[in-house]
Amino acid sequence: MQKWKKWLALAATMLVALALSGCGQNAASRDALAHAKQTDTLVWGVKADTRLFGLMNVKTGKIEGFDIDMAKALTKQVLGKKGKAQLVQVTSDTRVPMLKGGNVDAVIATMTITPDREKVLDFTDSYFNAGQSLLVAKGSKIKSVKDLTADTKVIGVQGSNSVDNIKKAAPQTTVLQLSDYAQAFTALKSHQGDALTTDNGILYGMSQQDSNYVVVGGTFTKEPYGIALNKGQTALQQALNKALKTLRANGTYEKLVNKWFGDIPGFDIKEVE
Amino acid sequence: MFTILFDHASELFSGLGYTLGASFIALIGSLVLGTLFALMEIGQHKWVRVIGRAYVEVVRNIPLLVITMGFYVIVPMFIVQVDGFTAGTIGLTIYTSAFIAETIRSGIQSVSSGQMEGARSVGLTYYQAMFHIIFPQAIKIVIPPLGNQFINLVKNSSILAFVAGFDLMYQGKIIANSTFNTFDTYLAVGLLYLIVTMPLSYLMRFLEKKWKTA
Repeated sequence: MQKWKKWLALAATMLVALALSGCGQNAASRDALAHAKQTDTLVWGVKADTRLFGLMNVKTGKIEGFDIDMAKALTKQVLGKKGKAQLVQVTSDTRVPMLKGGNVDAVIATMTITPDREKVLDFTDSYFNAGQSLLVAKGSKIKSVKDLTADTKVIGVQGSNSVDNIKKAAPQTTVLQLSDYAQAFTALKSHQGDALTTDNGILYGMSQQDSNYVVVGGTFTKEPYGIALNKGQTALQQALNKALKTLRANGTYEKLVNKWFGDIPGFDIKEVE
Repeated sequence: MFTILFDHASELFSGLGYTLGASFIALIGSLVLGTLFALMEIGQHKWVRVIGRAYVEVVRNIPLLVITMGFYVIVPMFIVQVDGFTAGTIGLTIYTSAFIAETIRSGIQSVSSGQMEGARSVGLTYYQAMFHIIFPQAIKIVIPPLGNQFINLVKNSSILAFVAGFDLMYQGKIIANSTFNTFDTYLAVGLLYLIVTMPLSYLMRFLEKKWKTA
């Protein structure tokens, strides 16, 4: 009798777990634009560990970067002067689940528009054209992606498409995936890998922070960044696309690109716009 | 959930293998280290007790992630190259050993002091009495709390995911990111952890019963 009850309890637990797995949809399905207009707030998922794009300034406690400035400018365009941009930290690892779960309205976090992602998310037009590259210690033997062999280890970040790209570009090499860029750069510094791979803009940020590390080999992919939205948020998508066009037309966009990337040696602004 | 389990079986099971490997090594290591420090904590010399006490207090009051990152980041910078799996397993061993030391110390101290006095009075040395008389009794007492530590150890092995240690959680994160099916992936990962921890739980319960009657 006792034993029988035990098994029943186990079976019941598993059934509940299975039932839960069926109900993935929830609050995320409401109209994000209408809700944002009601509250005068757009909730943005942004990076806080990526220099130049979104980095927590330890002194002020504020996140700063190109993505952040874009988010603020776009919010003003979409919601008017009263509009506030609420910033929520995401990582490459958490940005999709947070968007799907409705924790954020939009994600502007160095996110490349890829066909795979477009199956589950919607993107705005591209706002930045990055390309994947390699960061190595000064004097490293690795000069380009061709030098990555079975004997080398490459560090990437979980949830970034650069780890998929590097597996295609250098299938022999071992890829170590860490959870965010700060950790990945720390791992490179403690020689856990021979190179760090991700988009050039992010790598230049790291190289700027520590000049013992340099970007090598140019870009070997094209990475157009878009603002990611949950599937079905067409109204917000259209509003953001319109706002992007306005920002490009009135010079705000160029001003922001120049502010963040204008004085970085080796970085071609013309390429990214 | 089942599509995730079947489509990504090879990654998940390779992850499970790393998890089992790290857990097994850390279990043996932390049991040996933990016993050693437990004996030091109740040792006969004052400075031995002080060292044992200091180790336990320092290690058990630092988060596992900090210990592991120390081995992953700081040790390679200054001392010797260790990869993620090694760093994670060492971190796990050291962290768990402090808790096991406390568990075993309390077990030894809960054996009536008359046992030690009796053993010494028939001519056994301190160490003979400890290993032949006290220790066997203490082990029976500490089986249930020790079981808790072992189960915690298996679950804590997910720390390897943060240092690219190729374990179950690491693979789970990668699958969740490539399929965008976060919920089902973590459900599958949770189920695989259960497959490891449930038998362990029952094994400890079995040992508890068996040795109680003996």
